Amino acid sequence: MDKFNRKSIVLLVGLALLLALPPITIAMEEAYFISLFSRIMIYALAAVSLDLILGYAGMASLGHGAFLGVGAYAVGILAFHVTEETAIPFLPGGWAGSINAVISWGSAIVVSSLFALVIGALSLRTSGVYFIMITLAFAQMLFFFFVSLTTYGGEDGINLDQRSQIPGLDLADDASFYYVCLALLLAFVYICYRIVNSRFGMVMRGCKQNETRMRALGYSTYRYKLICFVIAGAGAGLAGALIANQSEFVGPGLMHWTRSGEVMIMVILGGMGTIFGPIFGAVALLLMEEVLAAYTEHWMIILGPVLIFVVLFARRGIYGFLTGDGGRDG
Amino acid sequence: MVESILTVQNLVKSFGALRASDGISLDVLPGEIHALIGPNGAGKTTAVNQLSGEMQPDEGRILFEGQDITAFPVDKRARLGLARSYQITSIFPNFTALENVAMAVQSTQGHNFRFWENAKSDLSRTEPALEVLNRVGLSDLANTIAGGLAHGQQRQLELAMGLATRPKMLLLDEPMAGMGVEESRRMTDILLPLKGDLTILLVEHDMDVVFALADRITVLVLGKPIATDTPQNIRNNEHVRAAYLGDTS
Amino acid sequence: MTFYLFLEQTLNAFQLGVMLFLMAAGLTLVFGIMNMINLAHGSFYMIGAYVAAYVSDATGSFFIGVAVALPVAAAVGMAVEIIALRRLYKRDHLDQVLATFGLILFFNELTSIIWGPQALFVAIPPVFSGSVELIPGAPYPIYRLVIIGAGLIVALLMRTLIVKTRTGMLIRAGASNREMVSALGIDIDRLYTIIFGLGALLAGLAGAFAGPILATEIGMGENILILTFVVIIVGGIGSIRGALIGALLVGLVDTYGRAFLPQFLRMIFEDPSVADGVGASISSMSIYILMAVVLIFRPRGLFQAYG
Repeated sequence: MDKFNRKSIVLLVGLALLLALPPITIAMEEAYFISLFSRIMIYALAAVSLDLILGYAGMASLGHGAFLGVGAYAVGILAFHVTEETAIPFLPGGWAGSINAVISWGSAIVVSSLFALVIGALSLRTSGVYFIMITLAFAQMLFFFFVSLTTYGGEDGINLDQRSQIPGLDLADDASFYYVCLALLLAFVYICYRIVNSRFGMVMRGCKQNETRMRALGYSTYRYKLICFVIAGAGAGLAGALIANQSEFVGPGLMHWTRSGEVMIMVILGGMGTIFGPIFGAVALLLMEEVLAAYTEHWMIILGPVLIFVVLFARRGIYGFLTGDGGRDG
Repeated sequence: MVESILTVQNLVKSFGALRASDGISLDVLPGEIHALIGPNGAGKTTAVNQLSGEMQPDEGRILFEGQDITAFPVDKRARLGLARSYQITSIFPNFTALENVAMAVQSTQGHNFRFWENAKSDLSRTEPALEVLNRVGLSDLANTIAGGLAHGQQRQLELAMGLATRPKMLLLDEPMAGMGVEESRRMTDILLPLKGDLTILLVEHDMDVVFALADRITVLVLGKPIATDTPQNIRNNEHVRAAYLGDTS
Repeated sequence: MTFYLFLEQTLNAFQLGVMLFLMAAGLTLVFGIMNMINLAHGSFYMIGAYVAAYVSDATGSFFIGVAVALPVAAAVGMAVEIIALRRLYKRDHLDQVLATFGLILFFNELTSIIWGPQALFVAIPPVFSGSVELIPGAPYPIYRLVIIGAGLIVALLMRTLIVKTRTGMLIRAGASNREMVSALGIDIDRLYTIIFGLGALLAGLAGAFAGPILATEIGMGENILILTFVVIIVGGIGSIRGALIGALLVGLVDTYGRAFLPQFLRMIFEDPSVADGVGASISSMSIYILMAVVLIFRPRGLFQAYG
């Protein structure tokens, strides 16, 4: 019971801080932090989605950035054609894009799910190191594809004129945008929480622990893992749509493997197989970057060894440390 | 004449120059405990792996209840009612004993694409699981993390998982492997009441166990079955004594 | 004309393949024997390149630069192995990926502190500057031929080392059966450190060679690292032969793709700019497509490790 209480306290305090962030930072006249924390919430969303496959289903994907990028480009391309007032060349019907959030973010989710379906279907034929590398290869393929896609800016990407629009909300306002990101993060976390504790979630966890046994029990594991991969891809696609809005820019950099690596770091740093942990990981990593960068431009020389230290000595992650728990339930 | 539940026809499997299965033919009758014995390296595990679908035979056919399952993957065979245990314990180490068995129960129920309701509080999973744990004598340890159980208890747990899928036939690959005398006897006591209800193909080294449990025995030497008969006749079979029992007694 | 171009591109492909082999040989051994994914392997390449560039510039001799770069890269490799990485051999691949990712950040930043963020440029040593005509009318840069030659010599030396020497025997044994080597009562820690140092040395050599043809800059390690991973995954983890064939295959696919694909597509598409665009996209993705295709059909690479 004690452990349960401590977990609840950690989560409630965390939630209260996130909810109170905009008024506090505005009062402190540090409104810049709202924008920073929007970014953090978005990466947290991506990290939670990666935790779903990494921490619960044992699929170490080093190409999660691909879905982040695909989601962002979906929003970017739809907005690009609105600005240019041209039809989207690769779709039938002469659709001239959209800046409606429901449509463009929805498209981001659909498109990234489709990509995850194809990439997952092929990658899941392999396992272990080969899986790490083939997911990496697919992300790199997309990275180079968008780098050479000059129609949409190539290496320079697409600058968005404005953020997506939701009737009744002003997303250009940083606080509103922050709350939207937070709400979507919480919704996704809740969905993931339900999933990992459901029958389907138990199958995922079984696959992580002992896939051979799962098959011998009669589970066709490939199918479950693929669905899980698609759900995670959809989550990352939504994060991509948000990051495009947050920075009002879409570029191939989102798909670079180092970005996938960073998201993976957030998961491990926060606590793998915990759903909530990756949020703490995203806060910690991005704040650490921000703080260290204020002191020295060579902040990575500190971050690098910190990372090695965490891997070697602090495996439970921040969430496990805060809740005094092994943390993982994957 | 009773229709056999599992029919194996001329199974051949080679690894390079080694013919690990060299024309295995076998009939397993419904409800019998059929033991597969043979000296080390006789190809027993290779044979079981082909029956369960972990390995594809180079030649030959496997019929289960009259259906040709030779090309079926492991999970499909399991769903048809052909369960197995492994020589090296294969469980879910981070789940509780109860969850381990509940995974097996869940497999038989379908409903795996439910994404929302909490599974751990779902009595339709846990009640049958608890019942099976009770049968193998592990109900006191239902909430213990499986990785922390003693070796013998893990073997019992693995058997429980096999039983919980309510199979028509169970392939047991050395269920007593690594067990002490006491644990081994307990396992025998668990298996004995199953006789008649459940078809079991038992691969086992421990001859006391084999003679205590088996209705019929097939002796495998160098990938070839040299005899299939009742325990009494196998004991008196000269070929078997020469090839196998002879070098142990 | 077409034949000259073809010859030139084939040699370019070999030159890239040789560089990739130098990288891949060390990485695949570490992968195959220690079961370790080392993302920081690219950092040894970068260190080799920077030290060679710096020393060449200071002494005026490219050869002294290379001669200094090799032991430095090997020493850094061994130091990293002893301080951090040997603790990770028994961990899962995920931990290894993260910790060595941390090393990349560290080495990149350290390099930037020591040598500054700007790229260094190294002149081709005068002996190797200029071109030779392989067939009349087709000049080819001598330096690139030297890289191909040197790389092939290294490959032969590696083969001799692995086939003829005791250390080589242990490496072979280790690649096919790790437990056996430790069961033989060999000082496995020292063997691992030596393998790591050897891999770092070869990576440093590749980096030093790269100086005069590519910019010596921060991040150069990661670019080649990813290519190297493609090589060893295609070739099959732990196999030196696989690394050699994988390296040449990747070199050929990448070079031919870039050189010939746009031309080829111009025959298909009417609009040359479309052909060039599509060609550029596909050719920059070509090696990843190669790797994905190999893994889809042979999920464990083309070659298995020895045995």
